[in-house]
Amino acid sequence: MTQLAYLAPSSAEEAAAALARDGARPLSGGTDLLVQLRAGRTRPAVVVDLKAVAGAIGVREQSGGFVIGAATPGAVLGEHAALSRAWPGVVEGATLIGSTQVQGRASLGGNLCNASPAADGVPALIAARATCVIVGPGGRREAPVESIATGPGQTSLAPGEFVLEFRLPPRPARASDAYLRLIPRTEMDIAVAGAGVNLVLDEGGRVAEAHVAVGAVAPTALLAAEAGRALVGGRLDDAALAGMEAAVRAVCRPISDKRGTAEYRTRIAGVLARRAALIAFERAGGVR
Amino acid sequence: MSETLEKPAPKAALSIVGSRPVRPDGADKVTGRAAYGADFNMPGQLVGRVLRSPHAHARIVSIDASKARALPGVKAVITAADFPDLASEELEGGEAAANLRDLSLNVMARGKALYHGHAVAAVAAVSTEIAEAALERIKVTYEVLPHVIDVEAAMSPDAPVLHDHLFTEGLEARPDRPSNIAKKHRFARGDLAEGFAAADVVVEGRYTTKATHQGYIEPHACVAAWGEDGRCDVWSSSQGHFMVRTFCARLLGLDISDVRVTPAEIGGGFGGKTTVYLEPLALALSRASGRPVKMVMSREEVFRATGPTSGGIVRVRLGAKSDGTIVAADVELTYQAGAFPGSPVGAGAMTALACYDIPNFSIVGWDVVTNTPKVAAYRAPGAPISAFGVESAVDELALKLGMDPIALREKNAVKDGTKASYGPTFQNIGYLDTLAAIRESEHWKTPLGPNQGRGVAVGFWFNVGGESTAAVHIGEDGSAAVVTGNPDIGGSRASMAMMAAETLGLPIDKVRPMIADTSSIGYSMLTGGSRVTFATGMAVVQAAEKVTGELCARAAKLWDVPRDQVAWEGGKAVCLDAAKDRAPLSLEALAAQSARTGGPISGQATINAQGAGPGFGVHLCDVEVDPETGQVSVVRYTAAQDVGKAIHPSYVEGQVQGGVAQGVGWALNEEYIFDGEGRMENAGFLDYRMPVASDLPMLDAILVETAPNPRHPFGAKGVGEVPIVPPLAAVANAVRGAIGVRMPDLPISPPKVLAALDAKGG
Repeated sequence: MTQLAYLAPSSAEEAAAALARDGARPLSGGTDLLVQLRAGRTRPAVVVDLKAVAGAIGVREQSGGFVIGAATPGAVLGEHAALSRAWPGVVEGATLIGSTQVQGRASLGGNLCNASPAADGVPALIAARATCVIVGPGGRREAPVESIATGPGQTSLAPGEFVLEFRLPPRPARASDAYLRLIPRTEMDIAVAGAGVNLVLDEGGRVAEAHVAVGAVAPTALLAAEAGRALVGGRLDDAALAGMEAAVRAVCRPISDKRGTAEYRTRIAGVLARRAALIAFERAGGVR
Repeated sequence: MSETLEKPAPKAALSIVGSRPVRPDGADKVTGRAAYGADFNMPGQLVGRVLRSPHAHARIVSIDASKARALPGVKAVITAADFPDLASEELEGGEAAANLRDLSLNVMARGKALYHGHAVAAVAAVSTEIAEAALERIKVTYEVLPHVIDVEAAMSPDAPVLHDHLFTEGLEARPDRPSNIAKKHRFARGDLAEGFAAADVVVEGRYTTKATHQGYIEPHACVAAWGEDGRCDVWSSSQGHFMVRTFCARLLGLDISDVRVTPAEIGGGFGGKTTVYLEPLALALSRASGRPVKMVMSREEVFRATGPTSGGIVRVRLGAKSDGTIVAADVELTYQAGAFPGSPVGAGAMTALACYDIPNFSIVGWDVVTNTPKVAAYRAPGAPISAFGVESAVDELALKLGMDPIALREKNAVKDGTKASYGPTFQNIGYLDTLAAIRESEHWKTPLGPNQGRGVAVGFWFNVGGESTAAVHIGEDGSAAVVTGNPDIGGSRASMAMMAAETLGLPIDKVRPMIADTSSIGYSMLTGGSRVTFATGMAVVQAAEKVTGELCARAAKLWDVPRDQVAWEGGKAVCLDAAKDRAPLSLEALAAQSARTGGPISGQATINAQGAGPGFGVHLCDVEVDPETGQVSVVRYTAAQDVGKAIHPSYVEGQVQGGVAQGVGWALNEEYIFDGEGRMENAGFLDYRMPVASDLPMLDAILVETAPNPRHPFGAKGVGEVPIVPPLAAVANAVRGAIGVRMPDLPISPPKVLAALDAKGG
């Protein structure tokens, strides 16, 4: 019979050492891993619970930005007033994962490293230009969020490496973000497409900086750099939005499956990005 | 049903029937105390697991279980060889007649696996891990055969044939070779050609639905224990433990009296638990191992191996005069039966035009086997599919005529005295009043917002009666136990207790309803067909009346008066002879003295109830369509239903709401999706998209009580099935209103709506 070891190290270094063992899988909130275990889709030899690692859970402000412990449950992020004010889109993405019960456990770190193309927590983090602090047997490094997932279920993390925390850059005035996804139902579903938009406005209310990221339209969530550039310099007039939508669709390369056709996903990604941009703009105090 | 029924005798004012007491099963369900199928355990029990076919259609060349048997902890491995090879025989006991051979072949594949997920072997072991390891060690050699899932493809002459013994029934001449077409049904009246010739307007359409699952929350579960003396016990969750008893006894060659089945609390059935899957396997494993065996399906197994309802194709042609009088209807239904014959196309055909009085019609139904799980009953089996086609077509007709959709239905409505399309003559129906209830509703009079549309659809279900037993036992403190043999899937315990309390004159909290095992109460047909509150309710009232009769006899004895001088009024025995000056005796007082007046007080009644009143529903649905994403949101919904008399109105409203919720899911998102190998791709609630609570607005129910059922002591008609019949078309008709395009293919998912909008050029 298979044996399953469970470890809950309290230091990042111990965790990295444990994860370097053969057949080790990290456990954050467990809302993906436990389902996979039950379904027999994964049979790890060691489960390394990261929730006890110092810094893995909690939100703190540091150097003008936020640091989010990678195992912090969605429910905690949703109740964090300062984070929700500064990064409402990041929080929206995190709190859309699963049900109310799942929110008690589901984390951004798990959502990112499970590497589903449709992960709701990821596009807004990418649009936020967030980075990950990665701990591994070789020490610490920092990398952009979009560099972690490399394909469905695949990450760039080396053996023993795990994401300890996310760092969000300092937030200027007149800045906000938004995340939208499309599911056929109203909750408890996997995104057919998702879009996160992060905007910073100048003193004149024009877009000074814009980042657009999309999910479920490629093997990984994508930063649509051209789409962001299409919004810069204006107040989201129709031409800018149309340019942004076209740029979003240009980067989409989805599959057709039971959740939606490639054509539909591509089209919807543009619609969602436009709607998210308008929400972020309004949240940032912009007037069209 | 063709006879004229007398009006019920006027009843005294009702004190309990029609009120809304707390449900008797509520506390156990909200506290977790309720014991469902998987909650029962026995000392020494083993875990049973099923090995299922990885192919949609394959010949089973050989099964080698030696490695599994050799695994320590494995106590039994069974295959079809452990069951008798049964001959074809129609068997009563389920929702509809079942075929014993097909039932046996569905429970365990013999020779051929007919769908992905079909059971081919089962193991019993001391732990789940060992049982699952054992499954991996069973070597099955398959010869994979071409499969067919699409119902039209299955009818084609060059389709792979599932059963060499299947020759189409219902044709004028017996076909000379087997095919996948099991049966042709036909109902007709008048002269179709003449009818269409007289029509001013004709509409025609082809409508399709996908296979959908009943979606009960509780997966199938049971424990079986085979005694050393050959007597067996089964504990399981089903819609009828007498059905489980009959089917298990027949499948395993046992005497009925050697099988006792105890019902668990049931976590939803909706028709899907009207047959057996696990119980015969658990019994066979228990026989082979000498230990009790527990089996619980996973959700994936529930989707892959238990009955969904049919996907179907409905072709409809309607002809009408310019004033809206429908003069001709031509309906053809083609339903997927799954791996064995017996789709609900017969009921689909009988209900298709049941709301309409049409002089010339033809309804043809085709029952077609496919390499998918054998369909099981699903709430008004067959009717939602045919109603989707017919009600969509009637909506088209209303648009073409420029006529109000309610007025068009009123113009063609069946009423008392109308000969129904399926044969009998309607009496005591409240259909026109139900249409009027929607026409007069505030909802109908409220204007729509932008991107919104409104749909009307109607629906019919027969409702049935049948055999039931009930007993009422009086405790020595004067409280009452009401015992029946019908699992409670829709609130029947509440209605049984209420009808008994009303008859006995007891407060509802003095009456405890319960469902007894097959050895503790007489035979009762399963819970289905919307029969229990009607038929078992009648048995309960008759049993309670026997008790009140006995109570009067006891009072007569105590008072030393003739029996006919005592009556039961307001929960008390009263002496009709004023000269005697006897103070009335309460049930409590009579119960306390029962030992010296003749012993315990009980009443039992058995019945084969006839005259279940049919039910009609009229639904009104508003949707809002997102023109950029194609997403459809149901924003308002009102359902009116001819219910006769609501025993517990909250439960009846709940039935209406539940049926609508399932119908909305069927209309918008639910479907079995298969890959190229015939494997279901969405065998879980994540991707099999049933509606969640936030998908639906408040579903308003209007209970129409203008036509009580004269056969029932309180006027009840069956209510559970009608409400799933209209929603498919109500939603589709609302979408048609919102986007100006007819959506003939369910589910009306966002990509389809967007494609339709594109095609329209919007």
